[in-house]
Amino acid sequence: MMRIAGCMCEFGTISRRRAGSGAGTGVLRPLLAALVLAAALVLPRPAAALIEIDITQGNIQPLPIAAPQFIGANAEDAALGADITNVIQGNLIRSGLFAMVDPRAFIEKIDNIDRTPRFGDWRIINAQALVTGQVSRQGNGRLKVEFRLWDVLAGQQMAGQQFVTTPDNWRRVAHVITDAIYQRLTGESGYFDTRIVYIDETGPKDQRIKRLAIMDQDGANRRYLTNGTDLVLTPRFSPTSQEVTYMSYGSGEEPRVYLFNIETGQRELVWDHQGMTFSPRFSPDGQKIIMSLQSGGNSNIYTMDLRSRATTRLTNTAAIDTAPSYSPDGRQIAFESDRGGSQQIYVMNADGSDQKRISFGEGSYSTPVWSPRGDLIAFTKRAGGRFLIGVIRPDGSGERILTEGYHNEGPTWAPNGRVLMFFRDVRDSNGGPKLWSVDLTGYNERQIDTPSFASDPAWSPLIN
Amino acid sequence: MRKIGNIRRAVSHAVMIAALVALAACSNTKNPLESGAPAVPGSTQDFVVNAGDRVFFTTDSAELTPQARETLEKQVLWLKKYAHYAIRIEGHADERGTREYNIALGARRATTVRNYLVGQGIDAGRLKTLSYGKERPVAVCDDISCWSQNRRAVTVISGQGAS
Repeated sequence: MMRIAGCMCEFGTISRRRAGSGAGTGVLRPLLAALVLAAALVLPRPAAALIEIDITQGNIQPLPIAAPQFIGANAEDAALGADITNVIQGNLIRSGLFAMVDPRAFIEKIDNIDRTPRFGDWRIINAQALVTGQVSRQGNGRLKVEFRLWDVLAGQQMAGQQFVTTPDNWRRVAHVITDAIYQRLTGESGYFDTRIVYIDETGPKDQRIKRLAIMDQDGANRRYLTNGTDLVLTPRFSPTSQEVTYMSYGSGEEPRVYLFNIETGQRELVWDHQGMTFSPRFSPDGQKIIMSLQSGGNSNIYTMDLRSRATTRLTNTAAIDTAPSYSPDGRQIAFESDRGGSQQIYVMNADGSDQKRISFGEGSYSTPVWSPRGDLIAFTKRAGGRFLIGVIRPDGSGERILTEGYHNEGPTWAPNGRVLMFFRDVRDSNGGPKLWSVDLTGYNERQIDTPSFASDPAWSPLIN
Repeated sequence: MRKIGNIRRAVSHAVMIAALVALAACSNTKNPLESGAPAVPGSTQDFVVNAGDRVFFTTDSAELTPQARETLEKQVLWLKKYAHYAIRIEGHADERGTREYNIALGARRATTVRNYLVGQGIDAGRLKTLSYGKERPVAVCDDISCWSQNRRAVTVISGQGAS
């Protein structure tokens, strides 16, 4: 008999509660904690710690994990259970940290998730972790999804939760479950219950039509937010993911920064001022938009308070200062400037004081984006006629290149600061850009599936 | 030979557009599409063909080259003669830069041209600038010969047609 423990928590339209006696109290600890322990006490790690994953190292051996189809009492629930399992498996595979054990090897057939699995049956097929789950309906038609994460080697439950929501929310439930699995096994928060806003590109290169598009991080639930009449660029999420700020051209008019409400579809001009406004981004508290304002041949960085509409000028140079990005604590701003001759990354305080250059490598640097963890700034680098994506510490040390090629541009961080998305273009007049992701380790490079060309991705915070 | 094909296509498009503009501007002209028909003085086509509507820049630069100055001097003479046109300078960059910077670079190029025209006596009130960054390449290919055609500022005239 399993008992239900823990509180009922609301997030979004999905309610969740913990399930299972082992939830949150398993013998397994996140690896970083385990390392600290081992170093401090010089004790051998317990055997159970084998299944922890260190995502700070590149090129890890993926963890073998078994995820039999979530069970359901009738054909409809069983089919939905299979769909949910597929989404979870896809997430786990794309993370690069997990290898799914072939279902044809399974010995035990899971038909009751409340019964402890026969761990020996899973050990013998080399599964180190096991995910089981069940789909059912409540009397009011709401969907109930439960899952358990098992440590096969230790023979213990590591996590268990149940979610109640409307049936059309099933994909989100699968992403939330993946986040729970990822968090329990890596000690880092997940990034699967997230969305991507980006620019969809169709038509020939000299007559490209660009539309604002939004999709789940796995490419599902794609919607187009603009119809392609106006040229739109560089969308960025608000901290609540409810709004997007981006740049849009009217016909023959100077482009300007706009706010777009994703739920209502309403569009609002941010700053009606002479000169184009571009390269917008929200402040971490969502109260301000930081952007460039062009004046003649120069561009400088300004903020606008969205409540008072007061603007503040932060840079004042006869140069191109653009691509501003706040640190997650809101105290500093990274931006690019060619004030020294070539494009380089600078950091300043949020009030514009103490502007200092941090990039000194060969070539030019642009599009700095501060990690949600605060520890790194991602950038686009141009060197030797090629375009690279890399990271650097805010003090200018520790530059590291994650990927390079003919054209890579515009990195955006997953909310846990472990994965970056960017766009990659090819040297082909009939070609176009596509979205790619790469781990902070430089491994696990993957193309994101989109129906047409795609650029300017921005990753949302965790939705829940 | 895709590159050359594309350029040819672009050129033929430009010629066709110029011809259509001429057709619209002076519908009483006899057979304006006839090969070798001279541009009507004061028409958009006349400006494009006889003054030259665009100047080119070197990589990452907004400085005017000697050829660019030559073109702009012809533009100044023409724009002074046909002073009823409103003028929009469109600045562009090639694809070998990042998006935000290229938008700013296009603005810097357009501003350089605007300032030159104003310095030569064109009324600033007639002039507007607009940057497209790398969003509107005119030449589509994947080598430097194309990129150089895209690093440009185009003087677009509008308002009244030929008198």
